[in-house]
Amino acid sequence: MTATAEKRLTRAAHAARRRPSRTEALWGYVFIAPTGLGLAVFYLWPVLQTAYFSFTEWGAFGGHTWTGPANYARLVADPEVGRAVLNTLAYTGLGLVGIPLAIVFAALLNLPGLRGVAVYRTAFFLPVVTMPVAVAMLWRWLYNGDYGLVNQVLALVGVDGPNWIADPATAMYALVVVGIWSSIGYNLIIFLAGMQAIPKELYEAAGLDGAGRVRQFFSVTLPMLSPTAFFISIVSVIGSLQLFDLVFVMTGSGQAARANPAYSRLQTVVQLFYERAFVTDDRGYAAAIVIALLLLIAALTVLQFRLQRRWVHYV
Amino acid sequence: MSERRRPFGVHVVLAAASLAMVAPFVWQAVTSLKTLSGATRVPPSLLPEWRWDNYAKVFELLPFGDQFLNTVVMAAGRVAGQVLFCSMAAYAFARLRFPGRNLLFGVFLSVLMVPPQLFVIPQYQIMSSLGWLNSLQAIIVPGLFSAFGVFLLRQFFLGLPRELEEAARLDGAGPVRIYWSIMLPLARPGLVALAILVLLWAWNDLFWPLVVNTDPDKMTLSAGLAALQGQYQTDYPVLMAGSLIASLPVIAVFVFLQRQFIQGIATSGSKG
Repeated sequence: MTATAEKRLTRAAHAARRRPSRTEALWGYVFIAPTGLGLAVFYLWPVLQTAYFSFTEWGAFGGHTWTGPANYARLVADPEVGRAVLNTLAYTGLGLVGIPLAIVFAALLNLPGLRGVAVYRTAFFLPVVTMPVAVAMLWRWLYNGDYGLVNQVLALVGVDGPNWIADPATAMYALVVVGIWSSIGYNLIIFLAGMQAIPKELYEAAGLDGAGRVRQFFSVTLPMLSPTAFFISIVSVIGSLQLFDLVFVMTGSGQAARANPAYSRLQTVVQLFYERAFVTDDRGYAAAIVIALLLLIAALTVLQFRLQRRWVHYV
Repeated sequence: MSERRRPFGVHVVLAAASLAMVAPFVWQAVTSLKTLSGATRVPPSLLPEWRWDNYAKVFELLPFGDQFLNTVVMAAGRVAGQVLFCSMAAYAFARLRFPGRNLLFGVFLSVLMVPPQLFVIPQYQIMSSLGWLNSLQAIIVPGLFSAFGVFLLRQFFLGLPRELEEAARLDGAGPVRIYWSIMLPLARPGLVALAILVLLWAWNDLFWPLVVNTDPDKMTLSAGLAALQGQYQTDYPVLMAGSLIASLPVIAVFVFLQRQFIQGIATSGSKG
């Protein structure tokens, strides 16, 4: 107690002795200047511009005119937008299954005295570091209805598999599997770090109370891990709502993509944004679409913060 | 504790999961070495046909060499820029005192909360009006600045001991000297973590390079590959060869720098 108080006093004394000099302040501004200017020009000002663009209509030669809320009215009535939002929400919701899966695998890897942890961890991590375009292409091949490995394996057990990403009934599930496969290693690493931060005494106390390993997992590990799980769920939801790479490569874009019978089940909000902004050059409308995406992300994040009281335990 | 009884079942589960993680890559490699007819044979053969010319074909279909170089230059530029600029700003926010510091840090952080798609149209306009479309600058410059990097490194700087810094100050060292010769070396683990994350993101980035660089020889690997599959949808062995070459460099870096990679990811995930 006194030691910390003393330390605080000396630190205060130091601070008092070292009044912020004018040169120090000057250097402060110089040091933040490059990033500050870069963020202002390329990130902060663009957000405001996008908000402004969402109230404009773009002509063929890049000029734009103020149209008020017309883009938003169009957006609300646009069935394609509605579909894209539903698809994106479905992908986001189904993808949450990956979180408990990652917890289970992290718990297994965290067992004391387990051998080969480094090998398993590497295997789980490989999809995380692989280029998403390559991942999408690889899975497109695995899912191929005629020659894909998935259906070949199913055929061994007598199942006649569908053409996974071209069948409206299966396309979204097929996509979610790839999403979980490629992100589980990331989540696992963060859960593992969270588990290793749980104090050993808690397990010892639970063990003395007669709790077995499974019981300890449910009454110590899970509650202690809930803040990490909350963080992961926030990050996953935000990331899933911005899904683009996987779908873009799996379905392609333009005419070829529309030939896929499952296209309307796969198109996401960001993919729609890409098409409106850079394929059909309908930039005002595209701006309205991303503003709507921002609102969706904000709403789901606020909702999660509200719900956390029911399941997140802070020590 | 029954240390001996536990592992077997656990190993079965983990090995099965690991197989599910790795098998697709093995199949990718096998397919990349087959003829098209070999790849589409039913039932499939599990053996490659050693058709190395698929790899040569990737270079014929695409300016793959150019795209590889573009990707390397872009990634190196972004890594160098972010490590330098972010560490400067992070040091200032962690250790220097100046009016408006907290407010400015809040403004920096606000960038983190905005989904990147909101920046894209105006950024494209900027590139277009500078005449930078289809150039290396276009894919490098916006990536030199990052709020995330500032946030990550500030956490590292805050955790460093004050004593060395104060000793240096008593010896008459100014902020620049303290930053360069004391703080940067001490923050090395943080700098490495940031460098690795920026490399990973830059190498795998698709949306921005796809939008600004549409000339095949100015594209990055991920955009080039996405374009390739649009044109040659059926030649899977060649596509598999191309996607293997494109993702291999980062996988190789990962294998060599596993610990730093994992630490980087774990750091990016902790709320600090």
